[in-house]
Amino acid sequence: MNTEKNIKTLIVKKPLKLDCGKTIKDFPIAYETYGSLNSKKDNAILVFHALTGDQFVTGINPVTNKEGWWSYAVGPDKAIDTNKYFVICSNVIGGCMGSYGPSHKDPDQKIYGTNFPVITINDMVNAQYNLLDHFNIDKLFSITGGSMGGMQVLQFISNFPDKTKTVIPIATTSSHSAQNIAFNELGRQAITADSNWKDGNYTLNETNPGKGLAVARMAAHITYLSKKGLQEKFGRKLQEREDLKFGFDADFQIESYLRYQGSVFVDRFDANSYLYITRAMDYFDLTKQFKGNLSEAFINTKAKFFIISFTSDWLYPTQENKDIVIALNSIGADVGFVEIESDKGHDSFLLDVPDFLSALKNFLDKSYEEN
Amino acid sequence: MKNEFQVIADLIERDKKVLDVGCADGTLIKFLKDNKNINIRGLEISKEKVQECIAKGLTVIEGNAEKDLKQFPDKSFDYVVLSQTLQAFLSPELVLDELLRVGKKAIVTIPNFGYWKVRFHLLFKGTMPITKTLPDEWYNTPNLHMCTIKDFFHFVKSKDITIFKSLALNNLNSSIINESNLGVKNLFADLGIFLIEK
Repeated sequence: MNTEKNIKTLIVKKPLKLDCGKTIKDFPIAYETYGSLNSKKDNAILVFHALTGDQFVTGINPVTNKEGWWSYAVGPDKAIDTNKYFVICSNVIGGCMGSYGPSHKDPDQKIYGTNFPVITINDMVNAQYNLLDHFNIDKLFSITGGSMGGMQVLQFISNFPDKTKTVIPIATTSSHSAQNIAFNELGRQAITADSNWKDGNYTLNETNPGKGLAVARMAAHITYLSKKGLQEKFGRKLQEREDLKFGFDADFQIESYLRYQGSVFVDRFDANSYLYITRAMDYFDLTKQFKGNLSEAFINTKAKFFIISFTSDWLYPTQENKDIVIALNSIGADVGFVEIESDKGHDSFLLDVPDFLSALKNFLDKSYEEN
Repeated sequence: MKNEFQVIADLIERDKKVLDVGCADGTLIKFLKDNKNINIRGLEISKEKVQECIAKGLTVIEGNAEKDLKQFPDKSFDYVVLSQTLQAFLSPELVLDELLRVGKKAIVTIPNFGYWKVRFHLLFKGTMPITKTLPDEWYNTPNLHMCTIKDFFHFVKSKDITIFKSLALNNLNSSIINESNLGVKNLFADLGIFLIEK
């Protein structure tokens, strides 16, 4: 998958010291861009993807042949208008869409597997920062992303306080909660319990821990939705049958739906990448990085913040987003905040939620006018 | 823009930092930002109004003044504005304390229950007064703690709050309120505007 000709890659020559202590260099960052950079180079937006996303934000993903993960929000005339803005997105390191990750080979030409260094959100952001030099951009117009993308947004502005004019963290947190670590651990256990995982060396053994990865995805997928959303969409409706079959086949539509979600995920995602990226999320604690005072993370920036949460998101609930607002207000930063009404759970930021999309568009366009 | 906002705007010097509590659709924020170079943000409880503010390019935080003022540090704004909302809080006294903690000064406006039309309505009709500034029925009004200009005047004095300026507004006319004309202003103004500090 990594050698697909549709994948643009930047080889980062500069050594990058990772939080785990190891140093990497000459490593690939796979990226994609949409729209065009203007002559003043003041219209670039860096988008950070979530756990299972990739650099193919919108349009048709050339590897999966499916719609990009943020097609509702990004594109011509959309909230993030690619007629106006130059959108850059790259695959996180540890990922499996071309950036340096566990499915790559080590200097001895052996696939890393779990010998790949454990990476953090901070490492991901520091790696992606190289794209600014690559495009010769001194200052971005905006950085944005939801969920783990939002964590990268917060880490980026903390690491590079004067490199963007606006900052839009969406449905995210400054510190991964015990509940979220628990869900991630459930997913990791599902993968490593699959006998085909082979201590991470499944490629070498020509096996694939697809069942474990599918279960991980199914469990995670439930957390992305809301009880009300699930009830309204599926209720207790049966799957292509008149009555219960008194067995363990998928009687209910929700079962069939989850099984489908699990199976399509396995086709496009690498099990070891899932381990690495969930670990990075679990390790994320920006508050701890600043000795318990989150405000310190933002003390050096003059950027304008706009934070968005969703009413039915119980994975990254409004209060965790508000904690970021509070930290910013306590240092007098320029911060706006809105909680969007939606029944679609954490996934709301990826879906057609008109109030969200219009708020995002209005904030960006008005801020750009004021530029 | 309504006359009340013009009077409030006249009380605020250029280039100041202001918080508009209950900023609604952001009319006052936009005016102060555009005309007086004010660094201003709003706190608003209604999602629809927050969206309207964002559409105008204004900085607004969705939140509830009774719970969310506590996130702002002491004296972090030059002025905190609260327009015709104090009477709608469960605890107006606590909100007033918070306004004066967060702002170096506060501008508070109150619909005057001592206005003669209000008194006449209750006296002659015997039903709860409905006027331009008090448009709702008793059963659907957001107002929980109505007061008169005189009540508010005495209340802030009793709390050792300094009144820099108090104005009585009646339609387009604003006039100064002081101890000696308090009774008359309380009868003829439908809105009181107070610039206070603690």
